[in-house]
Amino acid sequence: MKIADKNISAEKMVREALDKAKKYSGYNIFTFLNEENAIKKAREIDEKIARGEEVGRLAGVPYALKDNFLSPDGQTTASAHILEGFVSPVTATAVKKLEDEGAIMIGRTNMDAFAHGSSTENSYYGPTSNAHDCERVAGGSSGGSAVAVALGIVEFATGTDTGGSIRQPASFNGVYGLKPTYGTISRYGVVAMASSTDCIGFFTKTPDDMDLLMEVTSGQDPKDMTTLPDYYNNTKGMPTEGAKIGVIKDFDNNSVHPGIRKALAQKVELLKSKGHEIVELTMPVLKYALAAYYIIVPAEIASNLSRYDGVRYGFRAKGSEDLDALYKNTRSEGFMPENKRRIMIGNFVLSSGFYDAYFLKAAKARTLIVQEYEKAFERCDYILSPVTPNPAFKLGEKTDDPVDMYLGDIMTVPLNLAGIPGLTVPAGKTESGLAIGLQLVGPRRSDKNLIRFSKELQDE
Amino acid sequence: MTKYIPTIGIECHVQLSTKTKLFSEVDNDARDKEPNSCVSPVDYALPGMLPRLNGEAIKYAILAGKAMNCKINAYSRFDRKHYFYPDSPKGYQITQFYHPIIGEGYVELPSGTKIRIEHAHLEGDAAKLTHFESYSLVDFNRVDTPLIEIVSMPDIHSAEDAHDYCRELWRLMCYAGVTNGDLYNGNMRFDVNTSVAPEGAEKLGTRTEVKNLNSFKSVERAVTYEIDRQSKLLDKGEEVIQETRGWSDATGKTTGQRSKEEAKDYRYMPEPDLPPINLAEDYIEEESAKLPLMPMNYREKFGKVLNTDILEILLDYPVLMQKLNEINAEHVVAVANLFASVLLAEEKSAEYLNGLPSAKNLNVLIEMNKNKELSSTATKEVFLRLFDPQMKSRDTKAIAKELGLIQENDLGTLEAIVDTVLAKPETQKAQDDYRAGEEKVIGFLVGQVMKESHGKANPSSVQEILRKKLA
Repeated sequence: MKIADKNISAEKMVREALDKAKKYSGYNIFTFLNEENAIKKAREIDEKIARGEEVGRLAGVPYALKDNFLSPDGQTTASAHILEGFVSPVTATAVKKLEDEGAIMIGRTNMDAFAHGSSTENSYYGPTSNAHDCERVAGGSSGGSAVAVALGIVEFATGTDTGGSIRQPASFNGVYGLKPTYGTISRYGVVAMASSTDCIGFFTKTPDDMDLLMEVTSGQDPKDMTTLPDYYNNTKGMPTEGAKIGVIKDFDNNSVHPGIRKALAQKVELLKSKGHEIVELTMPVLKYALAAYYIIVPAEIASNLSRYDGVRYGFRAKGSEDLDALYKNTRSEGFMPENKRRIMIGNFVLSSGFYDAYFLKAAKARTLIVQEYEKAFERCDYILSPVTPNPAFKLGEKTDDPVDMYLGDIMTVPLNLAGIPGLTVPAGKTESGLAIGLQLVGPRRSDKNLIRFSKELQDE
Repeated sequence: MTKYIPTIGIECHVQLSTKTKLFSEVDNDARDKEPNSCVSPVDYALPGMLPRLNGEAIKYAILAGKAMNCKINAYSRFDRKHYFYPDSPKGYQITQFYHPIIGEGYVELPSGTKIRIEHAHLEGDAAKLTHFESYSLVDFNRVDTPLIEIVSMPDIHSAEDAHDYCRELWRLMCYAGVTNGDLYNGNMRFDVNTSVAPEGAEKLGTRTEVKNLNSFKSVERAVTYEIDRQSKLLDKGEEVIQETRGWSDATGKTTGQRSKEEAKDYRYMPEPDLPPINLAEDYIEEESAKLPLMPMNYREKFGKVLNTDILEILLDYPVLMQKLNEINAEHVVAVANLFASVLLAEEKSAEYLNGLPSAKNLNVLIEMNKNKELSSTATKEVFLRLFDPQMKSRDTKAIAKELGLIQENDLGTLEAIVDTVLAKPETQKAQDDYRAGEEKVIGFLVGQVMKESHGKANPSSVQEILRKKLA
């Protein structure tokens, strides 16, 4: 990506990004444009450059911030009504690391409220359109971020991935999107969806950009006790030649869109032609992932959303007569239908008498999924699979059928349960011009090698 | 009338006196501080905030557990306990429901009765609400102050034992140094479960729970009341309802609050933001070794020399016991008596306890008394002066001297003073009367000598010399 220097000023880059953001306003990408502050910060960087001072590795690079990252710039709402008016006194660790290197946030991007969704249609601010087809969804939950990068408004955008929320919109819009190993980037200051699967990641145009962002933002954070000891920057490089690539037979069937199957077959041939070995995998346990995911994740969601009660910050419903009414009215008016659906499922599976039957069983299934991947990675270095069974669907097409919407997550959620990294790599388009992405998956802590290896999927 | 056997189990919340809170780096000591001045974004439960476990609380839990002869679990974990109320900013309390850090143990009462501990766990405290007529105010200072909740087995069978158990727990926690132990300010709070069953019955009766008692006396009174109330109900052929009851010190009664049937479902879930705690055996041993002497150790050591009443009184003050432990063995009884009858009777005793004199000064004091350099009155006076912050840096002898309290014991000097007094015309009549057999005038003559010596003469020596001279 382009860094500000003597030849190109940060202010120019930031102004161009802001202009593009306004030009594409019809896509409903941003919930907030950070005009004043972004230009101010750009000028500070330009002054430093003029004085010959050292600037950061991301000096003047305009970026878009998913609306669930806390920073004092604009309201942090997670695109949810119940957080309306909340201006954070705190800056998320990831944001701080990016800005310490000179990156400049030009706006906050639209998302499914609290990241609940796969289309950005669950946003309080309305849906975001797909970069390649305005009638279709951007994917989600990080829809705004994916489209902002796909349309070239910004060099990169942040995202969060709890069940596919980076990889799926990256795939729907034709950009790179990484869900790192769980615990690689601090979750401190990011509105929690499901604590045990939430991952911070990015959308970029190139693998090298992704690598740079990971170098900047990864690492242990005392403010997040679930972060892993620093490993990313000390990763021992694996040779990219003669790798073993697993292909999951269970995912190769008629329910997958022919365009996606074709794209996968082409990439498999490409890898073979480059001297890599293809290993066929059967991973029957993965079929339990979706069910386990939709028990564990709603449970954590119900718990994490308990703090939004109208007492201390954000939206509070008016005219409540007593405390119970305050809670009921605030939460009824403040949450979107999808939020409520997940809160109800979560509270149900945690209730006394059901915990063992649902939550505990799902936790056991999760262990089996972890083991299934461990077994697979004894046979191969990486796994290549589709990201979703289908490309971007039409706006409104699935809003009345939440289960159908959930089924689209079938290939992304297993990674979140296993805590392993997955990178969406653009892989061309369908006949009707919709973006296709493939998912390159590696074992825990293989993120750096995974990004490097993804270059092998690029056509010569 | 049927005889009923009461069965009591007690849950006790102890606020730990760690420097910072259980899950944030904010000051844990909110005494005398403005409401909501000790609150971090984590305590306030802003979006995206994550708990950071305070390692000091783990060390305190190990000490507390060891003080109760408990097993320390190498593996423990946190869980979320959900409920909506403004005192719970996260909407859940972080506690240890499935895997507590402290396992089974027991507390031995002064009477020798052992009360078994089921387990004890770490958790965060709730905020404090103050209710007004049409609104309530929340003070988040107390949010996530570390607590350990100690759960006893139902091994208690009388109100007195309930009282003694709570007092002993309080002592153990104070001796272990894990709490400020200020009951008035809620540093320890007791929830008492009481049931009664006819003597010989195999099944326990239905229990009631009285929550949030903060004195041993309230525990004893509430249990007494409940035993009586439940026994009368059973006598009348009525049933005890399982419920939470509130205690009023003013009326001396418990009243029904809510029945357990409508009890909340807390929807426990493993806390995904905190990894499990894995303690190495070496670490547990190392931390356990830091446990200071406990009341039982002092009972063993001083039980034979000290009067039990005095010992039990002094055991309420860990600092006094620690000091007594440094005193020369032959002076322990004398110092203990001074502690119990002089120090604790003082109005300012609480203040004095914050700065005890050195063991050396106390040893010297008792020696001076035994050598008759100080009268018993003078000993008490000098003793109290030893607690005076301005006197503390000085030694006992210097203080006694400055106060002019050292007795004149030198016989030669005393004889000279006696001679001066006997030479005075105003003592002549008394001398004659004594010789004529009026014994009691000796008192007058001793008084005259004491006056001449400005009170420093040892009165018994003076009397001896007088008798010799007037014989």
